[in-house]
Parts: sequence; C-alpha cells; structure tokens
Amino acid sequence: MPLYPHRHLLALQGLEPPYIAELLDLAESYALLNRGGKAQRDLLRGRTLINLFFEDSTRTRTSFELAGKRLGADVINMSVSTSSVNKGETLLDTAATLNAMQTDLLVIRHSQSGAPALLSQKVDAGVINAGDGTHEHPTQALLDALTIRRRKGTLENLTVAICGDVLHSRVARSNIHLLLAMNCRVRIVGPPTLIPAEAEALGVEVFHDMRAGLKDADVVMMLRLQKERMQGGLVPSAREFFRFYGLDAAKLRHAKPDAIVMHPGPMNRGVEIDSAIADDPARSVIGEQVEMGVAVRMAVLDVLAQNRRRNS
Amino acid sequence: MRDLLITNARLLDPATGLDTMGGLLVREGRIAALGRDLSAPEGADILDAGGAILAPGLIDLRASLGEPGHEHRETIETAAEAAAAGGITTLCALPDSAPALDDPALVGFILRRGESTGSLTILPYGAATRGCLGAELTEFGLLREAGAIAFTDGARAIGSARTMRLALSYARAFGTFIVQHPEEPSLARDASATEGEMATRMGLPSSPAAAEAMMVARDIALARLTKGHVHFAHVSTAAALDLIRAAKAEGLRVTCDTAPPYFDLNETAIGDFRTYAKLSPPLRREEDRRAVVAALADGTVDAIASDHQPRDADDKRVPFAQAEAGGAGLATLLGVTLARHHAGDLPLLRALELLTAAPARLLGLEAGRLATGAPADLVLIDPERAWKVEAGRLPGKAQNSPFDGRALEGRVLGTWKAGARVHG
Repeated sequence: MPLYPHRHLLALQGLEPPYIAELLDLAESYALLNRGGKAQRDLLRGRTLINLFFEDSTRTRTSFELAGKRLGADVINMSVSTSSVNKGETLLDTAATLNAMQTDLLVIRHSQSGAPALLSQKVDAGVINAGDGTHEHPTQALLDALTIRRRKGTLENLTVAICGDVLHSRVARSNIHLLLAMNCRVRIVGPPTLIPAEAEALGVEVFHDMRAGLKDADVVMMLRLQKERMQGGLVPSAREFFRFYGLDAAKLRHAKPDAIVMHPGPMNRGVEIDSAIADDPARSVIGEQVEMGVAVRMAVLDVLAQNRRRNS
Repeated sequence: MRDLLITNARLLDPATGLDTMGGLLVREGRIAALGRDLSAPEGADILDAGGAILAPGLIDLRASLGEPGHEHRETIETAAEAAAAGGITTLCALPDSAPALDDPALVGFILRRGESTGSLTILPYGAATRGCLGAELTEFGLLREAGAIAFTDGARAIGSARTMRLALSYARAFGTFIVQHPEEPSLARDASATEGEMATRMGLPSSPAAAEAMMVARDIALARLTKGHVHFAHVSTAAALDLIRAAKAEGLRVTCDTAPPYFDLNETAIGDFRTYAKLSPPLRREEDRRAVVAALADGTVDAIASDHQPRDADDKRVPFAQAEAGGAGLATLLGVTLARHHAGDLPLLRALELLTAAPARLLGLEAGRLATGAPADLVLIDPERAWKVEAGRLPGKAQNSPFDGRALEGRVLGTWKAGARVHG
C-alpha cells in the first residue's frame, strides 16, 4: 500500500491517484468503525490538534474536532476573527505562537487563497487545508468522492456535473482535480459570469445550459451561491438564478434516473436547490456527505500523524 | 578632483553606435576626451579596465522610492546604494509617495535629496493629479519649473477619460508628457494575477490581459484628439504593443517602456503563491513575454525602466491576494536586460541603448552618452561575469526581487557619478 508522502495536505491538484485511493480506503474503514461505534481512541493520544479558523464554519470545524477526538487527540479550537488579523496580527505571528505551543497538526480555514501554504512554510506542525479562499478544500472533495464511491461502487467513468458558482468555489476546484485524477468525466455548469476563465484547460467540459449539463449525469453536485454575488452584479437576482441554475425536479430529470444529488452545505434552499430535492432520501446524499466528512478527516489526521512519527 | 584616465576599455556609446577599444579621460566631473590613443595628463589617476565595457551610466526611467512616507521600506540613501551597485546614475522617481509629489516644494525636496546622495541624480515626476487621486490636474507649469521631469499618477491609472484628455492637452503648453499606468481600473481592481488557467487553478482574483490594451487604445485616441504626448509605462501584453506600434506608424506622439519582469518572467513565477512575483501589472503569459522581447528589438518599446517598487517583509509575507504588488529592480536592471542579449534577442548596443540613450532622448537629458563634455556618469561592465540574484543579499534595503534565485551573466564592476567613483 502506498504511503501518503507529504507533511501537509494543502491541495489535491497534483496529488497522485494512488494516494487519493489510499486516503479514501482508509476513510472507508473509519466510516465502518464509526458506524460500529468502535473508533480507535488512542491513535493520536498525546497529540495536539489545533483548529485554526479565520472564517466561520461550524460544520467543517465540528467535523475536524470530532475526527480528532475520536482518534484521541487533544483538540483545541481557535477562532481568529478577521478584524484582529486586520489590526496587524499577521498569519506569521500566529505561526510563531503555534510553534511555541508544539502543535502536531494544524487545521486551517482562511479567506485567502494560499494562506495554508504560507503557514505551512513557517510552522512545524502538519498543516491541513480546511478551505482557503477560492483555491482548494481538499477534505471536502475527499468526502465527496468517498460518498460517490460508496453509492456508485466506483469512481471510474462516472459523469459528474458540478453546478453553480464555480468561479468562487474551492470545493469545485478540489473536486475537479480529484475526480479527473480518478478518471471521472467532469462538467461544470453555470452562467458565464460564474465560470472561471479558461476552465476547460483544467480538463472539464463547460455548460451554460443546465439541462444539457445534467444530461445523463451520474452525480449532480450543487454549490452554494453566496449572497454577495448578487450584490457584485455577477447574478442579477436569486429568482433568476434559481429559475435557470437552481436544481429542481424538472432539471434533475435530465440526469440519469439513479443520479445522486450532493451539496457541501450550508444550503440556500430556493436559490441553488429546491427543498424537495435536498430532502429526497432517494436522491440526496447530503446527510451521508456529513458522515463521510468525519471519516475522511480521521483518515487525513491519521496519515499525517504517521508521517510525523516516521520523520521524527 | 584629479583627472582620471580609464584605459583598455571597450567603449560603448549607444547614442552614436560607438564600439571600440580605447580610453576615456574624466576631468572635473565631465568627459574630457575619449578614443583610441589617449595619453594620461600629468598627475592623472589611471585605471586599466582590463577590456571591460565602459558605457554611459544607466538612466532608470521609472522607480518608486520609499521616501517620503515609506522609509521602513527604503530610504533615498539605500535606494542610491542599490542604484550605484546596479550601474544607475540617473533615476526618475514616481510621485505616488506619501505625500504625493503634487507641490513644487516637494519636487524640490526630492531633487535635493538626490543631490545629497552624491551618487544618483533623482528626477522626480510630478503628480498628474492632486494626491494622485485622478481628479484635479496639478500645476504642471510650476512643477516643471521646480524640476518635475514629466507627469504621472504612478501606479494608479488615470481612469477618467476626461481627466486624461485635459492632462494630455495641458501638458503640451509645457512641452511635457503624461505617463500612464495602462490598466482599466474597473477591470483591474483587487486583481492580483492575470486572468487565465493559472489564476483559475490558484483561485486568485484576476484581471484580463485586455485591461491593458483597452486603456492603451483609449489613450491613443486621446493623444490623437489632443496632439499630446502619452507614454505608457511597463507595457506587458502583445495586444497593447500592437496598438502602440500602429500609433507610432501613424505619427502620433506615443511612447512606451517596459520593465525586466515583463521580458524575463511569465505568470508561472507566481506558482506556489510566491508574493515576490506579485507585480502591477501582473505577470503575463509566455506569448506576451515573447511579444515584449520582440518589441524591444523592433523599436516599439522606447526604453527599459526598472519599475523598482520597494516592499518590506510585512508587505510580502502575507497571503498572495493581500500582499503588496511590486518588485525591487535597481540591482538587477542591467543583468536581466543583458540576459536578452545573451539569449540572442538583442544586440548589445540596443540593450544598452534602452537603458541609456533612449531614456535620455525621451527626457531631453544630456546624460546617457559617451561624448566630450557630457557628464562623466559611467558604468564599467563585465558582460560575462555570472552571479545569482539572492533576495536578502541584494544591495540596498528592499529585497523583494521577483528574480530571486535567477542566475545572471553581466555584472557592474564600477560606477562613476560626475567623475566620482560611487561603486566598485
């Protein structure tokens, strides 16, 4: 079995498929253990895990916290309000503090692309990117992939449509890199103002018509549309967006009959997704995504902690 | 001051095309004679150049100084040290300092601060608009009298077409020109990279390369309308260069410069979120870099400026989009330009012309040439000597070089300002 070779998990771009598969396999085993109520409580005993969140995220922070605790780590949550950062405390001041605390693993969420990469150059801890700006959100893509693999049995040759505000989505970027590495066909669907420049160069197909984009898809992955996008003029109104790019039963009919529906949360019901779809147990796997989130984060923490043991 | 005779030098004067082995005599701060068979006057110091190139000191058409307002980044003294090490003896300073150089007294202050270095003539640009805010024109006439070399809002584009039109018209009365930072501001706002695959992968706010050509097209139209002289700073895209080439062919008063990052680097330099490579305008794709190289050779680009922008660690050691744009460029101006010569893209005389005679012509300076009677601002260059750019070990205070790690051939052996040796 390959061993994940890096000190940190900063991005999925460039991560080789065997390591992705390794993380997914390990996460799968944690998912089974979690369901059986038999988490390994001592793997990270004596290790310090710090959740450093420069952006609010109850969901991701809780998921990492639970993952760390199930493995026996000492978990500390640090919420750093953006305002105090703007007042002059730099990311690197924070890094110095964390080094002094002898942190083993550091989970960071930041509004700026590249912030975890910058921090990783300055801290001794293994760094996990829990979402940076519009760059990447690797554990989200891993949990999405695990959810898909469990539902579909494989990732090979699936058609995945990622829909909505791809431009500002780190979730979309990480998913694109992972799914393409695992031989999926990836489509991105949205209005041209929300599709990043030269997206085709990443290896995806771009659609501006949602029905065409969903045609025969195995997986429909919806993205959250931030309210600011409307103010920024990228989308004229929520009702127009929902009409043309919101997922409802009529549009979903164009996907395969057994297509699953995903959303990274939190959802804007009636903006990017109709409640009837979000809550349909036959189609929506949103609950399972959350469950897999804990398993994936346990796997990532486990692997990075092993690397630290090997290298110390 | 005793006479100085530099012998056994390869005299290169781009203004006349001179390229010959010989000597050069310096007397009282000026070039007293040059040529093949010079004999040393009695009591003169003699320096054997060992066959190295002796050329006019470089004229840097555009640089920002930390002073006034950002002395933690750089002072005029440390900038002068870096300039001397880079062979620069005349430097045109941008006015978007704090405060902006929009008052004759401030222009006079910068001139005097330059004189006090003893090694560097600093020619300040006047702010084109008060505070460089893009609204009201400054007193071009009074600022000219105080010594302003031309007018610009520095790194801020003059966004209003009306303001630009007035500036170009009004500048004609004083025989001066307007330097534009050509980026359409409504497209370039908050951008930290050029739009495209690279910025998409990195998740960085970006602006399209077309933001440059758009502004260039507008200002060419205004130059046509006003008969004014517009000069485009750090041109970096093929589309903008095509427009400028056509405007020149049409006979409009349009000139431009570029800076070393735009002919030596492309956007891949920002990979791994390297903030030292975050510049304004942002680095472009490889096709654009090649177009800039071609425009250096064919004359579309009039001069090379360092585009020096001092930044300190706190400006750069932050996430990419929050980092200040700008790179230190004084010490590397010559070496990176010579790299184009070594690559076969530019004849040696043309490479040096872009750094000496060409900016001198544009600005109407008597410096920038090897001629009897001209100021003895000189640089002695070993064009083959290799060195490596290392941020942290560059002369001067600003260390934010986008060329960090770059191996270069061509090193300054000595620099003279008005006959006095100021480096080497």
